[in-house]
Parts: sequence; C-alpha cells; structure tokens
Amino acid sequence: MQEQTIQRPPSLVTPPMPMAAPSDNAGVFDANVVLDVRGLNVSYGDFRAVKDTDLSIKSNKVTAFIGPSGCGKSTVLRCFNRMNDLIPSARVKGQIRFTDLDLYGSDVDPTEIRSRIGMVFQKPNPFPKSIYDNVAFGLRVNGYTGDYREAVERSLRRAALWDEVKDRLKNSALELSGGQQQRLCIARALAPEPEVLLMDEPASALDPISTLAIEELIKELVKDVSIVIVTHNMQQAARVSDETAFFMVDTDRAGYLVEFGKTSDIFTKPNDERTEAYITGRFS
Amino acid sequence: MPRTEFDRELRMLQEELLGVGSMVEKAIANSIEGLKQRDLELSRQVVQDDDVIDARRYEIEERCVSMIAKQQPLAIDLRTIIAILHIVGELERMGDYAEGIAKISIAMGDDPPLKPLIDIPRMADKASMMLRRSLEALVNRDIVAAQGIGVDDDEVDALYDQIYRELLTFMLEDPRTITRATYLLWVAHDLERIADRATNIAERVIYLVTGEHVEIQEFSVPSQ
Repeated sequence: MQEQTIQRPPSLVTPPMPMAAPSDNAGVFDANVVLDVRGLNVSYGDFRAVKDTDLSIKSNKVTAFIGPSGCGKSTVLRCFNRMNDLIPSARVKGQIRFTDLDLYGSDVDPTEIRSRIGMVFQKPNPFPKSIYDNVAFGLRVNGYTGDYREAVERSLRRAALWDEVKDRLKNSALELSGGQQQRLCIARALAPEPEVLLMDEPASALDPISTLAIEELIKELVKDVSIVIVTHNMQQAARVSDETAFFMVDTDRAGYLVEFGKTSDIFTKPNDERTEAYITGRFS
Repeated sequence: MPRTEFDRELRMLQEELLGVGSMVEKAIANSIEGLKQRDLELSRQVVQDDDVIDARRYEIEERCVSMIAKQQPLAIDLRTIIAILHIVGELERMGDYAEGIAKISIAMGDDPPLKPLIDIPRMADKASMMLRRSLEALVNRDIVAAQGIGVDDDEVDALYDQIYRELLTFMLEDPRTITRATYLLWVAHDLERIADRATNIAERVIYLVTGEHVEIQEFSVPSQ
C-alpha cells in the first residue's frame, strides 16, 4: 500500500493573533504540549460547570480525566474540539492553546479544528451506511482529494478493524458488533489524520473483551496521536494512560481540577487526600 | 462512602501479620534461652515451630494476592498490601535466623559455651526490641518511630563488632577454641541479620505511609 498523506485545504486558519498573557508561561510554546489550558471556565447559562482549570496535555501521550459524575471532565474534553459551541447557552472563558494556535481565537474555524482534533463518544454512533462510507465520510467532509480506497483501508487498519471487515466493506455498519462499531467510529475519526483524539468513555458501553481491544488500540494509536480519554473506570485510566487528571465537584456544583500528574504516581501515591479518597473508593 | 468489607479484610490481614510477628519474637527469645540454658528440648521446639511461621507466611501472601486480584486496591490500600507482603517475608526470614540459632545450639550438644553468654543475649534483646518497635511503627503508621530503628541497628552492629573481636581473640590465643567460637560467631551473625530485617520492616512502614523508598541506613560490616 502506498503511503499517502491527507491534503488539507490551504490553511483555513490564519496565524494566531498575539494574545494577552493569562498566566506566567503564556507565549512560551512548548513542543511537547499539544493542548495548553489556562484559566478555563465554562458556564451553561448561569450554571458554572468548570472553574479555573489549568492543565497541559502532552503530545503523544494518553491523558486520562477521572472524577465523579458532574465534575466537568467531559465538559473540558468537549472544549478541546469546540463541541461546546454547539450548545447555545455554553460560554467558554480562559485560553486553550492547540500547539501554537488559540483554539478560541475569532479566526479559528471549528470544523477545521474538529478534523485535527477528532472525537469518539461513549456509545458507538456509526451512520446507517456501509462500513466503507462511514470512514469515507470523515474524509469527504474535509475535502480529501486523494485515493479514498487507500485512505479508508489505512484508517481501518489503524483502528485494528480491517481484517474483520475487509470482505464486507459494502455491508451496513449497523451489522457490526458493539466493539466493532466503536472501532469503526475510531477509524472514522482517524481518517482525516487528526493530531489529537478525544475519547469520552469510549469503552463504557462495551463488553470486557471489546474494552481490552479498545485499550490495546489506544496504546498503539498514541504513537502517532495525542489522546485524551474520559473514563469512569479507574482501572482503565490506570492501564491506558500516561498522565491522569482528577476532577471534583465543588459545593456550588462547579467542576475543578484537583490533581494532575503521572498516572503511576496518581494511582500509587497521590498528593491530594481528595484524590486518595476517590481512587480508593472512600469518596463521600 | 466507606469500604467496610475491604477495610475489615485489611485490618484482619494486619492482625495476622502481627500474629506472625509475635511468633517470631518468641522464636528469637526461645532460641537464645535454649542456647543459654543448654536446653536442647527448647531448641528443638524452635526448629519445629518455624514450620508454622513458614506456613502462616504463605497464607498471608495468598490473602494479599487474592485481595489485589479481587479488590484492585490503589494508592494507600495498594501500598498497605504491598508493604504487608514484604514485611511478612522479612518476618519469615527472621524466624529462619532464630531457627538457625536453635540448630547451632543443637549442634553444640553437651559442649559448654566457650564463655558465659552476656553480649549475645543483649544483642538478642535489642534485635527483639527492634522487631517490636518496627511493628508498632506499622500499627501506628509512625514514620518517625520507623526512622528511629536505625539508631538501634547501629547499636546491634556495634555489639556484633565487639563479639567478633572478642571471639577472634579467643581463636588466636588457642586454636582449639575455633569450633566453639565459630558457633557463637554464627549466633551473633544471625542476630545481626535479624536486626537488619527489622530495619527493612521499618523502611516498608515509611513506604506504606509516604510512598517513598527510603534506606534507613547502610548495612555496616564489622571492621576487620
């Protein structure tokens, strides 16, 4: 198979504007950091969902977000590809830098961002179309002009699904098992060759074997893509991630970051007693 | 949200570990008593009892493995189980040293000891005290007490050094004493190792509490 790279439309995005410094290291571009969050606050109407969050997502690492329900971890994840734009009442304050780009800059096209920062959801959501078309769709919306067959095969291979579906590409995606459907959705998200893959509880609707298959896949994909995963399954976070962020809900129901660090440290010797209480299951 | 059942299991695990600790303490005391009083029956009893210590060690180990598999403990819970797993191994080894002393006593048979035993029982008392203190530090999760074990270990090492020199003098003066002096040297060596294992337990207590691996002190060898 010949290597082919996706041709992106010539920059939909103009170079970032100079920005006001919200924190001490603003303006310093760290090549190891793919997403840099400073002073993030997210509200839905009057309700503040996430407050004062700073964190740096490293390139080619798996970063897990853990925490109790309502702690804002999915909200932060959705900020990364501007999914919150789709909720009219949502307001995002603070700064998120995506490599050298101000993600919420007025000159940034959210659609372009979503092809560079892909997303996979909790419930597999393939389109009621063929397996082939599901993956090709991701290419088509991004104006891909190369060889579709090759690109579809490449994405399916990367999602570890090719061998299982290569003889039935024209069959409906809905014939696939839950685990296969989720890998198809991963293939669809991978098709535009994103730099970041966001996964919102990608295995919580799957059986244990399919879950392990997704976890194996994450380990493989992270060689080329930076991955941020929200999970309720702490063992999963411990198994797949390099870094872990623990979020909690405040008394005013706003989510906030408690602790962020190497996964091996968070799960063996967390610094904060709230993290300790949560991961040892003594959280009240 | 308390984890009542898991916490109860952890407490029981620690209780059982302390039970092995008591058995080892008794083994050390009996091994020295048997040696001092030339009570071969008591020495044989120490050898026999060591099988029970060994069996209990593996029981505790199995329980730890089962808890890891079934409860997937994390953070302090994981460190507690890992610490217990190591400590029970240290205790079992201490029991082996006590058994070693009992076997020396049996090997000595009806021979009187080379000299009246003064420093050896003192060393044994210190080593036993270290064992007790290290387990108290475990129960209280007390890292200051755990670090204090290092001072006791220095005293035991100093006693070992002294015994070594004294026995060497005997052997140099009269080579016919070599066999009997060597017996006592082995005993002193076993006691020195017991004290060192107690220090290891204290280090595990520090790990349990802080997550850090700390070397309380370097193992010192007697000067030549």
